[in-house]
Amino acid sequence: MKIISIGMNHETAPVELRECIATEPGNTARALASMRDVECIREGFFLSTCNRVEALVATENAAEAKRSMTSLISVLGDIPQEGFSSCLYTFEDTDAVRHIFRVASSLDSMVVGEPQILGQIKGAYAQAAREKVSGVILNRLMHRAFHVAKRVRTGTGICESAVSISFAAVELAKKIFHILEGKNVLLIGAGEMAELAARHLMVQGVSSMAVANRTFDRAVKMAELLKARAVSFEEIGSQLLEADIVVTSTASAEYIITYDQVKSSLRRRRRRPLFIIDIAVPRDVQPEVNNLENVYVYNIDDLKGVIELNMANRQQEAVKAERIVEEEVLKFEKWLKTLAVVPTISSLRDKAKSIVQSELKKSRSAMGELTSAQEEAIQTLTLSIAEKVLNDPILCLKRKSAGGALNTYLDVTRKLFNLDRYNGDT
Amino acid sequence: MAFLWFNLALFFELFASGGFIVYLIKQEKWVFRCSYWILIVGFICHTIFLGYRYYYLGAAPVLNFRSALSFFSWSIICVYLVFQLKFRLMVLGSFIAPFAAFLMTISSAMPSMQGPVKFMFKSLWLTVHVGTIFIGNGLFSVAFLAAIMYLVQEHQIKHKRLGAIYSRLPSLATMDAINYYSIFCGFPFLTVGMITGSIYAQCVLGTYWQWDPKEVWSLITWLFYAALLHERLAVGWQGRKAAIMSIVCFCILIFTFVGASLWLGGYHSFKSLEAQAF
Repeated sequence: MKIISIGMNHETAPVELRECIATEPGNTARALASMRDVECIREGFFLSTCNRVEALVATENAAEAKRSMTSLISVLGDIPQEGFSSCLYTFEDTDAVRHIFRVASSLDSMVVGEPQILGQIKGAYAQAAREKVSGVILNRLMHRAFHVAKRVRTGTGICESAVSISFAAVELAKKIFHILEGKNVLLIGAGEMAELAARHLMVQGVSSMAVANRTFDRAVKMAELLKARAVSFEEIGSQLLEADIVVTSTASAEYIITYDQVKSSLRRRRRRPLFIIDIAVPRDVQPEVNNLENVYVYNIDDLKGVIELNMANRQQEAVKAERIVEEEVLKFEKWLKTLAVVPTISSLRDKAKSIVQSELKKSRSAMGELTSAQEEAIQTLTLSIAEKVLNDPILCLKRKSAGGALNTYLDVTRKLFNLDRYNGDT
Repeated sequence: MAFLWFNLALFFELFASGGFIVYLIKQEKWVFRCSYWILIVGFICHTIFLGYRYYYLGAAPVLNFRSALSFFSWSIICVYLVFQLKFRLMVLGSFIAPFAAFLMTISSAMPSMQGPVKFMFKSLWLTVHVGTIFIGNGLFSVAFLAAIMYLVQEHQIKHKRLGAIYSRLPSLATMDAINYYSIFCGFPFLTVGMITGSIYAQCVLGTYWQWDPKEVWSLITWLFYAALLHERLAVGWQGRKAAIMSIVCFCILIFTFVGASLWLGGYHSFKSLEAQAF
């Protein structure tokens, strides 16, 4: 049995190609259905997100499976095979296992460490399991993949630090205020970025939010969206007394918040810390404001600096994560190899059992009348003799399953016990 | 016997400090847990040592610089262990344990006291006086260390250096809260310590106050902490200014503890405490 993974991701395929497949809803169901119909595919799993398409199959006939998977993708996306075959990657066995582990742990993602991919894989697997397209091997593989993802998430800092502007701002705010519950937020300017930052802050439980905008109409609209208060632009000075976190994003050419303005408010604020996030270009906040006591100003470049730092950290943590993946790939390989022993062991057991049964049948008449308890005792006795005799060979096979000489052992066993000619009806 | 417990305490506290520093660098939780329990073992040894000395001398074991330092170190660890229950801030130990172990190391290098103590030291007033003052000192030490952590973290955030130090230190609000809380608790201890001290002085010396250098410096320390607390409560000082002020206060406290006892003379000085012992 071979495990094959075919797919494309954000690196190998351009977005025009990926969207052909991703946009079609119900594609996963169609893919799974056609996987079931293909003779040579024993088990299958299909994942399609906006950044990747992954088909994972367990098969006896690798070449045939690959061919049918490629044509499947071409049918699903309604694109000719020549158009995308250069964008596909194919992994086999160990490489396929490693690939799916890396995908699940978000090591293969566009933004390394982003958490969504694991949820998407879980969803896709649940569908495959529900439709009974996945089997023993893929079930085990996917569960191991979830386990690897969990180990990577908890054992490394890969998902820790923020890599988007608004997340970075929230993280900084937490380092200043510890908890954001009960804090007051003032938004100046009603842009998209400000809205995003505001939403992140709201999730953290800030108690009140005020929106100021040059055109009051837009402030009111935005305030409605965010369940906030709208205040006029002239009120900014008095709002500064209340606010703990200020987000500015206006297109104004001159400074909205000046050094003197903030300085004069400090005493009346009772020197509470003030965190100003200035995501406007040109800047809305006079840079000198940062020099004031307990006031922290971060502009867009500062935040970008934070993100770059975090990205570099993630790359470092990714090395640790790759090691975890490698460990788990080895473990899975070991399990796969024990799988190769299973048919031999079970036919060994079957043979012993049927010999016991037929011999019992022969000798039964010579034993005369037996109580049901005696009958049972004889059954148990004969079966356990057979099992005890086979116990050591079976243990030996299991032990050898990880080694390189496994095939020799399997061969000898099958010959010694004449398993291949034996069909269970001797 | 006492020597053994002292050395055990010193060993475990140093060991725990090493662990806490490793934790600070490596950020592995189990390192913290091990160090924490080692510190508790050290603290127990330390307590046994102090109990033994108290029993042996019949008076609070603070009559020379060696034992005063060791008691100081004990009270810092005591305060830390209580704080750990309240704040559960793992990084705090990485600053407090080394500080306590440092005092303990100096203490171990000092000559120990011989001979019996004078009868006048065998008073419950003295024990209460010393006990409350030292718990107050322990709390102020925690406030001092929190202030340093605050200033370091504040510097990182202000100057946008968000590297390893930034990620390891807790939020500004947390450290400000610890600083405030420990001064808020430490101040009553210091006050009670000074009052019981003067009652004790009335009992054995016949006067509440006699302008002994240590008395004067304690009063100055008290006034500084009172001013800091007032500014915090009434004017709303917080953050950087409060942190700097609490560091200044702690420097005065240390001067009162070391300088006034060693160089300025008076009946509080270790020289006179020890001299009277013979």
